[in-house]
Amino acid sequence: MDFTLSEERRLLSESLRRYFSDNYDLARRNAHANGAPYHAASVWSDLAGLGVMGGFVSEADGGFGGGAAVVAVIFEEIGRALCAEPLLGTLMGVRLLAGFGRHDLVEAIVSGESRAALAVVEPQVACNLDAIEAQARQAGDGWLLSGRKSAVYGAPGADLLLVAARSEAGIGLFLVRDAELAATSMIDGGGVADIVMEGLPAECLAADALPAIDDVLDLGRIALGAEAVGAMDRLIEMTIDYVRQRRQFGRALSSFQELRHRVVDMVMELEQCRSIIIRAAASFGTPDQARHAAMAKNLIGRMGPRIAEEAIQLHGGIGMTWEYPVSHYAKRLVMIDHQLGDRHDHALRLAAMPRGAEAA
Amino acid sequence: MDLEYTAEERAFRDEVRNFLRKELPDDIAAKVAAGKELAKADMERWHAMLNARGWLAATWPQEHGGPGWSAVQRHIFSEECALHDAPRLVPFGLTMLGPVVIRFGTQAQKQEILPRILDGRDWWCQGFSEPDAGSDLASLRTRAVRDGDVYVVNGQKTWTTLGQHANRIFCLVRTSTEGNPQAGISFLLIDLDTPGVEVRPIRLIDGGCEVNEVFFTDVGVPASNLVGEENQGWTIAKYLLTHERTNIAGIGFSTKDLARYHALAATMRRDGRRLSENPLYAARAAELEADLEALRITNLRLLATARDGAAAGIGSSLLKIKGTQIRQDLQSLFRSVLGPLAAPDANGLADAELAVPADAARAAAAYFNHRKLSIFGGSNEIQRNIVAKQLFGD
Ligand SMILES: Cc1cc2nc3c(=O)[nH]c(=O)nc-3n(C[C@H](O)[C@H](O)[C@H](O)COP(=O)(O)OP(=O)(O)OC[C@H]3O[C@@H](n4cnc5c(N)ncnc54)[C@H](O)[C@@H]3O)c2cc1C
Repeated sequence: MDFTLSEERRLLSESLRRYFSDNYDLARRNAHANGAPYHAASVWSDLAGLGVMGGFVSEADGGFGGGAAVVAVIFEEIGRALCAEPLLGTLMGVRLLAGFGRHDLVEAIVSGESRAALAVVEPQVACNLDAIEAQARQAGDGWLLSGRKSAVYGAPGADLLLVAARSEAGIGLFLVRDAELAATSMIDGGGVADIVMEGLPAECLAADALPAIDDVLDLGRIALGAEAVGAMDRLIEMTIDYVRQRRQFGRALSSFQELRHRVVDMVMELEQCRSIIIRAAASFGTPDQARHAAMAKNLIGRMGPRIAEEAIQLHGGIGMTWEYPVSHYAKRLVMIDHQLGDRHDHALRLAAMPRGAEAA
Repeated sequence: MDLEYTAEERAFRDEVRNFLRKELPDDIAAKVAAGKELAKADMERWHAMLNARGWLAATWPQEHGGPGWSAVQRHIFSEECALHDAPRLVPFGLTMLGPVVIRFGTQAQKQEILPRILDGRDWWCQGFSEPDAGSDLASLRTRAVRDGDVYVVNGQKTWTTLGQHANRIFCLVRTSTEGNPQAGISFLLIDLDTPGVEVRPIRLIDGGCEVNEVFFTDVGVPASNLVGEENQGWTIAKYLLTHERTNIAGIGFSTKDLARYHALAATMRRDGRRLSENPLYAARAAELEADLEALRITNLRLLATARDGAAAGIGSSLLKIKGTQIRQDLQSLFRSVLGPLAAPDANGLADAELAVPADAARAAAAYFNHRKLSIFGGSNEIQRNIVAKQLFGD
């Protein structure tokens, strides 16, 4: 048994951490996150230069990674730095494009020239692909899409929009180059868009893409979980620093045993979350993939918001302010629960799945 | 034992309901229902309507313009107001300063201050907290030095709710550094337009600016603005903070939020079924309903004790802790019904563009804003310390 990171992954994580601490503070983050275009082109190309997008795909596809463990390492640093760059959609997009043999587009993503976003969510569909209502129909050489996609993270400014829609062949995946978007930022500052499609022209990547999309959603869940672990880790660090330094009643807050115990609980839950992500990443590509991804998303969805709430509470009034980083980490942790299915969705999925090998 | 309201209390409830149905302006109620920020004019309009009916200052004795209600009547009134989406009354003049002036003020102060609260000429805010004096209020440092018939005030207050709308602030200030920290505090009234006062907004987690910092630089305050004796401020503050707060459990707000939740869960579909049919959501809502029903009865039990003249004791702390937990849990449930759809900042998108009911669009912002409930008004940890002290006798 060995839980240490390989040398290569350790270097990747260190170089990302150094980059963020030298170049990316909260003021810069907030300046980019909360208004159009909801990201920073220079940060995006720096990340491409550091190999982030290359880490998303295998050597055969022009990258150097592709495993879930590398993805988790990258996203943990994204989470620690509260980086608002729309990487999740690009991760899922580049995987799908690679899977469907679109190497020209993969190359542009790995080099940082292109950005992708994946549109699955609809106003009435959170994460269950069977429930998708958006329609695709063939028209001449191309396809036309209709229906509505909601809260598509990373869509504003993405040049490659991958839309999941239903056709006679099942749930297909369609590439849209220029859609009209109603863009806004989420409460966590991430750029999202609603896409109202009324005969929107699209290119068909695969008429039946259900297994491929399912797969990439699981990888996205692992990425989000790792991001949450990074964010929780940083939030707990800030909380410990704060209660040690903040004095009330002539003593440091950290001398009140009740508060110490609550920090201990936060740390315990964080370590549980870290473990479930390690588990899910190791299971990616095995028969246990869906089960462990669902477990991870459920646990992260329960603990992320709880740790966020505790961090705000232990900071008192200052934790409620825009000026102080705690509030922004808290908002991100809560929104991570809502992305790609929340804790309820995954609890129900898990309950409906056959138990693991030990139960068989 | 009788868990029901008496016939008179029920008649009173009907009277309040009729009033609210007839008088509460639709535009204001719609804003409250949608969780939108109220304009100063909205709040002033509603206060004026209640004042005209004689129902504004529920906790004041009749001789000063209060309606003369019992604790149960006050509870019924605030519950009905919440159920009908009436705006929350701004408490600083009505339920904080008013009772203090009535109990500790001079005749001249009563005559000057109370009518101006009722008719809306004054909008008061509360200047207790400071950057280094939060839970530990006694460590406050804003100084007031007596110079002839004025106090010269220097220092800083923070977290001043709605201070941007106010023209006056009641402050705890340090008038002596002798003895223990509680001993040298006084209760002082300050006009915010006095030279040397500066009010700066603080932006909160949800992007709104409901609190402020207030800076005092050599501010001259007439000595006649002192309430009570010099250095008696701590006693007055304790009276203000423990003064019976009928609405501390927020039963009406929670009841309304639960109803709103059920209406939304019945219409929202997700992944092929109604949210109300999702067993986890249904179970969470059911548990919250049980919590709330229990709290409703706990609240009534405590009110009945108050009616019988006994002290509320640790009751108000317990109501604060449980009541705010339930309100926060409800906000969390409401937000999770909408999932990612709760998030678009309603100020950024025109209502017509939203894929969710307009009254739900601010669910995420409201959830984050409600984190304040367990922090202010004496944090929930401080409330637990108060209860523990009583229980363990130390
Ligand atoms: C939105 C908002 C509006 C407000 N409005 C007003 C207003 O209008 N006027 C006004 O004067 N003030 C106002 N306040 C201030 C509020 O009362 C304080 O924030 C509160 O008293 C907590 O103080 P603090 O923020 O300094 O936190 P701290 O006192 O630093 O506390 C930080 C954390 O430590 C905990 N803690 C502190 N001491 C102990 C202890 N002995 N044992 C266990 N735990 C402890 C606290 O519970 C909290 O969780 C407002 C605050 C907010 C957030």
